[in-house]
Amino acid sequence: MPILKLHLRRALQDIRSNRTLSLVTTSTFALSILIVSAALLFFVNMGDLIDGWRQGIRIMTYLQDGLTATDRSHLRARMENLYGVQRAAFIPKDQALSRLENQMGRQASILENLDRNPLPDAFEIQMIAAHQSWEKVEELAGTLEKLEGVSEVEYGQRWIKRIINVFNLFQLTGTIMGALFFMAAIFIVGNTVRLVLYSRREEVEIMRLVGATERFILAPFYFQSLIQAALGGVAGLVILYVMYRLIQSRIATDMAASVLQLRFLSPATMLGIVVCGMLVGWLGCHLSVKQYVRI
Amino acid sequence: MSVEEGNAALIRLFHVHRHFHATRALTDVTLDIYRNEFLFVTGASGAGKTTLLKLLYRGEVASQGQILVDGMNLARIPRRQIHLLRRKFGIIFQDYKLIPTRTVYDNVALVLEAAGRKPSYIRKKVNSVLRTVGMENRHNALPPSLSGGEQQRVAVARAVVGDPTIVLADEPTGSLDTESAGLIMNFLKTFHTRGATVVVATHDRELIRSIPGRIIYLQEGRLTGAPTV
Repeated sequence: MPILKLHLRRALQDIRSNRTLSLVTTSTFALSILIVSAALLFFVNMGDLIDGWRQGIRIMTYLQDGLTATDRSHLRARMENLYGVQRAAFIPKDQALSRLENQMGRQASILENLDRNPLPDAFEIQMIAAHQSWEKVEELAGTLEKLEGVSEVEYGQRWIKRIINVFNLFQLTGTIMGALFFMAAIFIVGNTVRLVLYSRREEVEIMRLVGATERFILAPFYFQSLIQAALGGVAGLVILYVMYRLIQSRIATDMAASVLQLRFLSPATMLGIVVCGMLVGWLGCHLSVKQYVRI
Repeated sequence: MSVEEGNAALIRLFHVHRHFHATRALTDVTLDIYRNEFLFVTGASGAGKTTLLKLLYRGEVASQGQILVDGMNLARIPRRQIHLLRRKFGIIFQDYKLIPTRTVYDNVALVLEAAGRKPSYIRKKVNSVLRTVGMENRHNALPPSLSGGEQQRVAVARAVVGDPTIVLADEPTGSLDTESAGLIMNFLKTFHTRGATVVVATHDRELIRSIPGRIIYLQEGRLTGAPTV
């Protein structure tokens, strides 16, 4: 323990005596963490929103005309026996029309001129939660379509699929960008450590001459990088939180508040981000130190 | 009985050469340095005195020949174990080589910290050595704020704080006034009396006369007979 305390003390001394370089490294960390965490925050909230939409997925099964009550009852039983179906609610065509009128509001007057109800009877299929992936929705829709008495199957929120595709693309881009930022951070930290090592090569040489091991000489550099990464990580998250609160207060006064329930990153995620940042700091330092020792 | 007669050699050099490309810094040097010996290495500037000292603590590597220090063959010592060799030495440089951003105390304590000594021992030992060299009142000062003589006293303290077997001093009084030079030589004499082997590289004849010891003479990288001092 005394040796750890000693390295920590030397690392803090080094940070104090190389304030400018330390500030540059810590700021780089803060910026990288801020960008990566902002992307993560966006994905978390976007994911929540999409999950909300997913949970609202209903499959509308339109029936052929002229089915008797017994046919419908058989059909309902067959539907509810299908794997993944939680409930099949019958929507008679009259109810469907009045729903439509309600949805159209003031424009519903166009419907008054209709001489007959053009809408078919339907079953609204609600799926069990575990089956709300797109593949399963599509699979179930295909099965329903083949049932006798069914004319058409529609899952009206097909557009969500497109949004999910775009979201997935964003997620992929975000992951790649995150990886690039971390690589850049490793590179910048590595270069900063290298600069410090070169600026203090005489000191390092003196330490070698008095019998210090490479581990003893270089340990403070690792501690320094870990401290800077942790500080940068916390600073980046604090900045992100301030930005988040600003955006949240804007949204709260807006219509979007009813649709968008924002949440900040969980403590575990924040801890994970800081630890990842520290890992990057360690790695950046290690690469430079390894190269320096070889010289 | 002379030191040589009563002792096995602590340091042995066998036909050591050191070349820098076409320049021959040392040529065919064979030398034994005995335990608790006070040895002066003298010669004109550029004669190879500093190179000889550097070879002993592996600051440089011999181009040819063998060097043994306290049983360690320097040609075979792995890079990872050089610190073990260096801990046998206390080195005093003409340009002091103190870390300018560390206090006097920290510069001296560094040797013991690097050796993994306990903090309580370090405190006690560093304060005692600083008292010996008369720098206990300046322990918080940074080296640039000290005079040349004071800096060299700190360098001496750093060299002896780890109780080394061998003290190497490369022109230790080269840039000091007579009074400071006398002080430094007295310290070296004290540490020699306490059992250390002391090797001083100098071209200062006054200094050589001030302390009884063996004198070897380097001329253009070759060991020759003892000079007239």
